[in-house]
Amino acid sequence: MAGMKDLARLVRELEDQMVVCMRCGMCQAVCPLYAETGREADVARGKLALLEGLSKEMFRDPKGVSERLNRCLLCGSCAANCPSGVKVLDIFLKARAILAGYMGLSPVKKLILRGILANPAFFDKVTEWAARFQDLFTEPANEVLGTSCARFTTPLLGDRHIKPLALKPFHAELPALETPPGTSGIKVGFFVGCLIDKIFPSVARATLKVLRSHEVGVYLPDNQACCGIPAASSGDMTAFKKLVRHNLDRFPVDRFDVLVTSCATCTSTIRKVWPVLFSDDGSPMGERVRRLSEKTMDIHEFLIRRLGLHPVEAVPSSDAVAVTYHDPCHLKKSLGVFEEPRRLLKSCSGIRLVEMAQSDWCCGLGGSFSLEHYDLSSRVGRRKRDMVAATGAHILTTGCPACMIQFHDRLSQAGDAVQVRHAIEIYAESLGP
Amino acid sequence: MISASFVNALMEAVGKDNVFLDEADRAVYAYDAAVLDAVVPAAVVRPLTAESLGHVVRLCHENAVPLTVRGAGTNLSGGTIPKAQGVVVLTNALNRILEINAEDLYAVVEPGVITAKFAAAAEARGLFYPPDPGSQAVSTLGGNVAENAGGLRGLKYGVTRDYVMGLEFFDVEGNVVKTGARTVKCVTGYNLASLLVGSEGTLGVIFKILLKLIPQPQHRKSMMAVFDAVSGASQTVATIIAEKIVPATLEFLDNFTIRAVESFSRAGLPTDAAALLLIEVDGHPAQVEEDAAKVEAICRKLGAQRLRVAQTPQERDKVWEARRAALSALAKLKPTVVLEDATVPRSRIPDMVQAIQDIAAKYNLTIGTFGHAGDGNLHPTILTDRRNSEEWHRVERAVEEIFDRALAMGGTLSGEHGIGLAKAPFMEKETTRATLEYARRIKRALDPKNILNPGKVIGEA
Ligand SMILES: Cc1cc2nc3c(=O)[nH]c(=O)nc-3n(C[C@H](O)[C@H](O)[C@H](O)COP(=O)(O)OP(=O)(O)OC[C@H]3O[C@@H](n4cnc5c(N)ncnc54)[C@H](O)[C@@H]3O)c2cc1C
Ligand code: SF4
Ligand code: SF4
Repeated sequence: MAGMKDLARLVRELEDQMVVCMRCGMCQAVCPLYAETGREADVARGKLALLEGLSKEMFRDPKGVSERLNRCLLCGSCAANCPSGVKVLDIFLKARAILAGYMGLSPVKKLILRGILANPAFFDKVTEWAARFQDLFTEPANEVLGTSCARFTTPLLGDRHIKPLALKPFHAELPALETPPGTSGIKVGFFVGCLIDKIFPSVARATLKVLRSHEVGVYLPDNQACCGIPAASSGDMTAFKKLVRHNLDRFPVDRFDVLVTSCATCTSTIRKVWPVLFSDDGSPMGERVRRLSEKTMDIHEFLIRRLGLHPVEAVPSSDAVAVTYHDPCHLKKSLGVFEEPRRLLKSCSGIRLVEMAQSDWCCGLGGSFSLEHYDLSSRVGRRKRDMVAATGAHILTTGCPACMIQFHDRLSQAGDAVQVRHAIEIYAESLGP
Repeated sequence: MISASFVNALMEAVGKDNVFLDEADRAVYAYDAAVLDAVVPAAVVRPLTAESLGHVVRLCHENAVPLTVRGAGTNLSGGTIPKAQGVVVLTNALNRILEINAEDLYAVVEPGVITAKFAAAAEARGLFYPPDPGSQAVSTLGGNVAENAGGLRGLKYGVTRDYVMGLEFFDVEGNVVKTGARTVKCVTGYNLASLLVGSEGTLGVIFKILLKLIPQPQHRKSMMAVFDAVSGASQTVATIIAEKIVPATLEFLDNFTIRAVESFSRAGLPTDAAALLLIEVDGHPAQVEEDAAKVEAICRKLGAQRLRVAQTPQERDKVWEARRAALSALAKLKPTVVLEDATVPRSRIPDMVQAIQDIAAKYNLTIGTFGHAGDGNLHPTILTDRRNSEEWHRVERAVEEIFDRALAMGGTLSGEHGIGLAKAPFMEKETTRATLEYARRIKRALDPKNILNPGKVIGEA
């Protein structure tokens, strides 16, 4: 291990971004973790103070700071609400990379991130096998949601209610596709994303249906990799850069007009995280990253802003189903996308949109956060579940498969008969068979 | 350093999980929103009940350990910067609204209740809790009382002090002191609640607050007036008051702030304007319309080039957007923001605005000014980078000069942000040596070991 002095020097490189924090404390109002714990170390102001402490060699051991820095959903609620415009997530991700580089990754993380995730073909194999055997270990928990829970105690599942892996991942159903632009004159690259591929293939199907129906050409390459966010949030730059490089090769930027995803987390990672973590990279990679990143759009945003759809607000039919919509942090706070999915939903006559209180309160999943801090993640999720339940909606829609996983767990645990769907699925259904 | 037996006693009092000893857990309670050096406390405790809070106070007293109570830590004067050998006591777990009484128009709350949540709960019952500091989304009512926080509605509705009907607090030994009552009138003994309001945690630890509520105004109307001279704006303020109209809010933005807001939010503000006034009148609909018409006429007569009267709630939001964005628009320009709070009699606003401009020029600093014109309470906001020590030195001199000029105009060091550590050295400037000594005698009598937030307000007793 290098000395604390070296670590301090590295963290000081973030100083120009860190000094922007005026310690006003306004982030306390929106931080989903702080709302549960009331602990300053959980809120952005506290974490920024800890990083400043590191840069000033205030601590004997960086471990405490590292642990607290990792206790964070990376939801960006703080950044979106910060009066001073502190780029909180940029700072946290870079700091995680510095700390992971300094302290090293745990062997388990190394195995998962570098051994499995960073090797897309192997990752696919592992999950295929897991899908085949999962029934041995789990039993159905909630019929409406289609969730399962552990049949006997396993350290892996704990008391989670999980949405099982799809028997057939999307890439097995449709490995690759290339269709010409129709009347729209636009061709999109379709970045599927791991969770949609392996757990919610119906979302990918719905996305393609919508694109086809609006005569948008599609470029869907095979052997796509993860967007890299699990690696980035663990500070594993090796695995992260490998994944980005792989994806850059799979998606030659001149083959399509827009890169579309139906995963809020993938969109925001490609748009916001890739350029930030490659910004110091003077290599041609940086330029390639920038070009692809600028072309990336969320599916709802694409349909409204780029394709120029003007969905007509439908009058809900008499038997319309009550539907509520959860704003994924990675759509609303990161990309400012919140009107678009609602406009699409409101054009569906079979449903009635009922807004919940605080629709943009984080669901609490936070990707690998929920693996490491399941209890805390569940507490945030329960608060969210109550907001959903209060609407009386029969379907919860959202724009991110990660949130969908959390909702499956939370609603199932509460015994709610509420379906969880991606907004694009609802819209696709409204387009007819 | 604090002793192991003391730590054990704290753990017994509040539970092991609610005593934070790890260096990283303590380091995040070393600062507040003031631009001052951080001091890491020896321990942090988070009592879950009022009873255990009292227990902690008693333990600190017995062991002569300094104690700093902390709500949301948003005060701007260093009021929650602890002693290195001291304990920080968090109130944010004591966050229950115990009662809202719509018949007798009062509420009983614990000190950790968030201001905005309380105001919303009152509103849900058709009642109104007016004090609305800019930090209300996070600030605690305990912090508001201990700082006597103000807000945008001070002119008509007053400040926190005007809503405190009673308090229950722990004296330094942890005994319960009760003052005030659920009645409109109460003359039972000394007015101790008044002593505690604004005491910044130096005289007792508040655990229950009795707050006055009032009926919601039925109607409100907002407008924005644009002036090409600061004098026009301040004459307007003076004339509105002289005409016996009392707007709920009367806010001012100077040219620098207008430009900052405009470049940040593109709200369509006139960047060449010298000043903006944002005015809201509220009350009975007929009265509101009459007042609004009068205010409009005054603005026009005194040279407002443009006037925008909000006709819909959306337009009202639009009018206030500029004010809400003021601090953040300024804050985004430079890393360090020094938010000053010197206050003058409202007729002196033009002089004060001029004085601030002179000071900015003299020390070659960037200062944006906005604030509560109706109260004479301006917030000159100095934008700087604390890492530049030469500039920081000029900032300190400028702040001192702002104080001097405000005092020379019959004003005060702080309208609402408190004294804390930041302004304690200047107290004598505004008052007299005897005043300070009087206050210190009170402090010594009530807190002989000087453990309640030592060093704040009156300096080292
Ligand atoms: C962006 C921003 C805008 C602001 N706008 C305004 C404004 O418009 N008007 C205004 O007046 N202020 C404003 N402030 C200042 C600040 O928010 C207020 O002073 C507020 O009242 C502090 O509340 P708090 O809960 O953060 O208290 P803290 O900062 O935690 O504590 C403040 C003081 O109160 C003491 N204290 C807290 N709780 C107790 C208790 N239970 N018993 C005894 N003592 C206690 C503390 O020891 C400390 O001395 C602003 C601050 C910021 C950062
Ligand atoms: S809101 Fe922004 S400036 Fe304020 S404390 Fe949080 S991160 Fe810092
Ligand atoms: S990213 Fe989310 S969880 Fe993390 S500090 Fe910000 S608001 Fe809190």
